[in-house]
Amino acid sequence: MSLISPQQTASRPPQTAVAGPPPRRKSTVWGTSRRRRLRVFAPVFLLMAPAMVYLAVNNYVPMAGIVVAFKKFNVQEGIWGSPWVGLDNFVFLFGSGDASIILRNTLLYNLAFIVVTNVVAIALAVMIHDVVSEKLKKLYQGSVLLPFMLSIVVVSYIVFAFLSQENGLLNNTFFADDPVEWYGEGEHWPSILILVNLWRTVGFSTLLFLAALTAIDGALYESAQLDGANRWDQFRHVTLPNLMPTIITLVLLGVGRIFYSDFGLFYQVPMDSGAIYDATQTIDTYVYRALTSVGGIGRSAAAGFFQSMVGFVLVLGVNWAVRRYNAKSAIF
Amino acid sequence: MKRFSWYRAVVHTVLGLTTVVMVVPIVLLFMSSITAEETLVKNGYAFIPEQFSLDAYRFLFENSDTLLRAYGITIIVTLIGTVVGVLLTSALGFALSVPDLPGRRTFSFVVFFTLLFNGGLVPTYIMYSGLGVKNTLLAYIVPTLLVNAFNVILMRTFYANSIPPEVYEAAKMDGAGYFRIYFTMVLPLGKPILATIGLFIALLYWNDWTNGLYYVSDSNMFSIQTYLAKIVQNVQAVSSSQAGSSVSTAALPQVSVRMAVAFVALLPLLIIYPLLQKYFAKGIMLGAVKG
Repeated sequence: MSLISPQQTASRPPQTAVAGPPPRRKSTVWGTSRRRRLRVFAPVFLLMAPAMVYLAVNNYVPMAGIVVAFKKFNVQEGIWGSPWVGLDNFVFLFGSGDASIILRNTLLYNLAFIVVTNVVAIALAVMIHDVVSEKLKKLYQGSVLLPFMLSIVVVSYIVFAFLSQENGLLNNTFFADDPVEWYGEGEHWPSILILVNLWRTVGFSTLLFLAALTAIDGALYESAQLDGANRWDQFRHVTLPNLMPTIITLVLLGVGRIFYSDFGLFYQVPMDSGAIYDATQTIDTYVYRALTSVGGIGRSAAAGFFQSMVGFVLVLGVNWAVRRYNAKSAIF
Repeated sequence: MKRFSWYRAVVHTVLGLTTVVMVVPIVLLFMSSITAEETLVKNGYAFIPEQFSLDAYRFLFENSDTLLRAYGITIIVTLIGTVVGVLLTSALGFALSVPDLPGRRTFSFVVFFTLLFNGGLVPTYIMYSGLGVKNTLLAYIVPTLLVNAFNVILMRTFYANSIPPEVYEAAKMDGAGYFRIYFTMVLPLGKPILATIGLFIALLYWNDWTNGLYYVSDSNMFSIQTYLAKIVQNVQAVSSSQAGSSVSTAALPQVSVRMAVAFVALLPLLIIYPLLQKYFAKGIMLGAVKG
């Protein structure tokens, strides 16, 4: 280091030492000797230690436990003592016919969520943004975000109030003559789950888009108006292009997590009803149900491992794609 | 200026309807909690029930042991979880923002990687069961919720942007170490981010039911959300084994009582929501800025 720094200083014109970017040296603030540096930074390491220990235990130790997916797990022998079975758990999982259903559901629901939520959120954000009255703006903003506060368990109670076969609001008011067995017929659930998810999460995305909208330069709209652009033209040529980075980021984040699903939404809201598993089973609910069923730990771990691996690859792939398209929107 | 415009009319109609759609389900929840049980059974859930009754709340009040205990557990868990979570997150976020920290990039990656890859439910479940968190308060506080890498990154970005390098220079002059900087300068400076992230963590703890589902079976240890979730499971179990079942439906809370519990779980959030709204909007927008 001491060999390099004089050289660097010498090769630079003297004034940049003040105005230019700071020279890249190992340590600029406190002394340079290794021992001294460690002593100076010791408090920082001490500050980060508790959270690091937590992440190590909560996140890294279970990563090693992934080997369960390749074992015939039993409690007595523990993770390391249980016998290896190679890919048996995976063969069982993918051979059972469950796999195609849970993969289909996980993917299709997520795709639907990405499209529906973003489209509705953009529409709501644009409209809220155009509201002049501060009071009304606050009211609209507050109400779209309100369902986001509710726990999914409470949401499931509300959904039950609408859908309960004997005394649900829908069956009583609209289908009184011919009550629908909502929790027994799978074909209704794609729309129900999409609606419930939209209701609960749209406020969050709306706020994100609102943030992006406030960043748009008002002069763009003024010049568009001068050119005779109507509302729709303005939306197409000014609003939408300016929202693109946000849309891309949100869509890609969604795609990166396409193998994950909101466990509560798919487990609690359909009340864990077995009759409609075909329409509501996703990887996350499968992992939980397999975990709690006899001898299901291996299958459950295999499904979880598959989910983590594919999710990981997808996130990396997506990020790579974004970086090529627009380095600034890349997630990392 | 106040001329009628079709666009404005449409906007207010749509947004007005949206507001109704967002709020009405919550109103239904409340209305069914103050509906007389007989009306509920006879006519079903309704916005304007035939007969009102506060019996559900009276029942909760008289049999308050379970509910109060669950409420207490939720409150304790939320308090401890939020305070500890915010402290850990903030300390780590600050550490990662310190310029020149040896190994900073490596540590950042170690934190960030947890967002990309995880062991999944099974190994996590086996580990925490083995550590003996089952049926303890720790089961609610520790697994998964305490420190989230996303929040750490948010914190780090905030600190990195809001602490000018001169602060470090000045501290060096005065002979102060990083502890002093953190406790006397960074923490007070970081109030907005602490509040925002604290809010997120608190909401997470208040609404969490999964840790209870995985690790708690003792009914004395139920939190509010766990209690609500278990009622659903029991109702399912009873209705699926209907006729001739030895479990009597009477043992389960009645419909209106269940709705009352759900509403009581929600009430504190509704009360402080107008206050929170501002912070939430701010936090979400902070989140929109890439970390």
